[in-house]
Amino acid sequence: MSAVIPDQSVINSGNRIYRSRKRVNFFLLAVSSLALAYGLFWLIWILAVLLYEGGTALAQASLYYQMTPPPGADGGIANAIAGSLLMVAVGTFIGTPVGILAGTYLAEFGRGSWLAGATRFLNDVLLSAPSIVIGLFVYSIYVARVGHFSAWAGALALALLVIPVVVRTTDDMLKLVPNTLREAAMALGCPVWKMVTMITYRAARTGILTGMLLAVARISGETAPLLFTALNNQFWSNNLNAPMANLPVVIFQFAMSPYENWHRLAWGGAALITIAVLVLNILARALFRKTD
Amino acid sequence: MNESEAGRPTAVTSRAPEPRRLQAAPWADAGFEWLTRIFAFFVFSLLLAILVSLMIGSSLTLEKYGFSFIWSSEWDPVQEKFGALVPIFGTLVTSLIAMLIGVPVSFGIALFLTELSPAWLKRPLGTAIELLAAIPSIIYGMWGLFVFVPLFQTYIQPLLIKTLGNIPFAGVLFEGPPIGIGMLTAGIVLSIMVIPFITAVMRDVFEIVPAMLKESAYGLGATTWEVVWRVVLPYTKVGVIGGVMLGLGRALGETMAVTFVIGNAHRLATSLMAPGNSIASALANEFTEAVGDLYFSALIELGLILFLITTIVLALAKLLLLRLSRGEGTKT
Repeated sequence: MSAVIPDQSVINSGNRIYRSRKRVNFFLLAVSSLALAYGLFWLIWILAVLLYEGGTALAQASLYYQMTPPPGADGGIANAIAGSLLMVAVGTFIGTPVGILAGTYLAEFGRGSWLAGATRFLNDVLLSAPSIVIGLFVYSIYVARVGHFSAWAGALALALLVIPVVVRTTDDMLKLVPNTLREAAMALGCPVWKMVTMITYRAARTGILTGMLLAVARISGETAPLLFTALNNQFWSNNLNAPMANLPVVIFQFAMSPYENWHRLAWGGAALITIAVLVLNILARALFRKTD
Repeated sequence: MNESEAGRPTAVTSRAPEPRRLQAAPWADAGFEWLTRIFAFFVFSLLLAILVSLMIGSSLTLEKYGFSFIWSSEWDPVQEKFGALVPIFGTLVTSLIAMLIGVPVSFGIALFLTELSPAWLKRPLGTAIELLAAIPSIIYGMWGLFVFVPLFQTYIQPLLIKTLGNIPFAGVLFEGPPIGIGMLTAGIVLSIMVIPFITAVMRDVFEIVPAMLKESAYGLGATTWEVVWRVVLPYTKVGVIGGVMLGLGRALGETMAVTFVIGNAHRLATSLMAPGNSIASALANEFTEAVGDLYFSALIELGLILFLITTIVLALAKLLLLRLSRGEGTKT
């Protein structure tokens, strides 16, 4: 009988090890939950500060129709909002077709080719490359040649940021389109170009649109590439060939200044840009989830 | 049967001319394929074009200083003496601080989201963390300068100086007056910014661990932590390192947030509390105000150095992630 019942000390020591393992487990899982709370804490803090500081500025109508003022005077950021919208639109307009076509090659034609493999790799590097380097690049190939800063250069820099995002999503989304769809089209005698444009593009449409929205969201807040390209302009300008005001650079300049009224406008602009970017992001996600 | 037998001779004898569209197809197909190929080649050559243009732009300093540019700490635009040591040092130190804080936190978040979170909370919590990446970097900078820096200066820095500042050797890192801005502040702000990127990769690679492997460990009586630490992490090691490198690549090139809080002082300091400079912030601050060809060339060479460092780091990250996905046959 005594052989069957284990020694009391064995049970105790076993329990002790088990209990300490449980304790370690509990402690580390609690730390992991704290890590999540830590991440959320910053998000909520930043958004709360933005709404609190930018809220009053956002509520003033003059923010939306007056030009950027000299220090100490009242004004708005209408020229910066317009400039940002214009440059983001032009940048997206240039970058998206390039990205979609390059992504089409990766997913439809280049399967297994060295060009597709290498391009996919370099595109992923480009996706995370510092945006300030893109600004330097556009400065040296365009601004330095032409001799003056311009909105075109800004839009070009933004387009170069749009391209990798769109290439990546187009490639991913086209790869999700089932091959049976392609085979069915081919079997009906459909030319390849028609198969791609009329069938696979349509099947991947929402995915590609999601990528576009994410790209727009990304470039809306980009400051670094605009510093050396579009520069800034205190006045309203419709001329794409001249420096143009834009929200990020105005925020940067006003926030770094010692003037109280400029700070207030900078907070307004910051809140505006963040709300726009977050809405675009959530919209893109909602759109993409619907297709899942 | 009958029908086809009857149809065959007529098809052979009087073959209908090919439809016009089919005749046009070879040309259109080849044209479309070449169009996409040209754009793919354009994307392919972009990185090289950036490299070449930066090298041409910095040819003056490349010739004048050679490699000594990298380890000279002089930066005197008036006497036209330039060296990149201070900004390189600042970039590396701030990114290192960001990684030291950001990696464990990201690991914790990824662990929570893959192993602990109830299914219905996964998506909202995951999205919230991803939104950290959506906030533009200039917002981090502004918030850092106006909100975080004053709090950090009045409450946390004096505490750090009183406690950590007294440790022998390591205390040097926390010496000096609490001025709020500086490399430590920049590193902390950066650490928040890299969390979503590292977390996203870690979540993805944790998800590819076969359920069978985890269940076997649980079946042997392992706790959740033991499963994660002894099974999930070793299995996904390569991918996790890839994710960390990806975050590092982001941190190294981050511009606006750092520019606001690092202090922009061209001086080599041992204390993390001291203001410093990073490559990206030096560019953002000085480029539009630079006068003289040599000054411009020095700044572009700074950009070239940043580009080379981040490209190498990001390429390594990508290679590691590719290796993992090839090994497991799944997409990361």
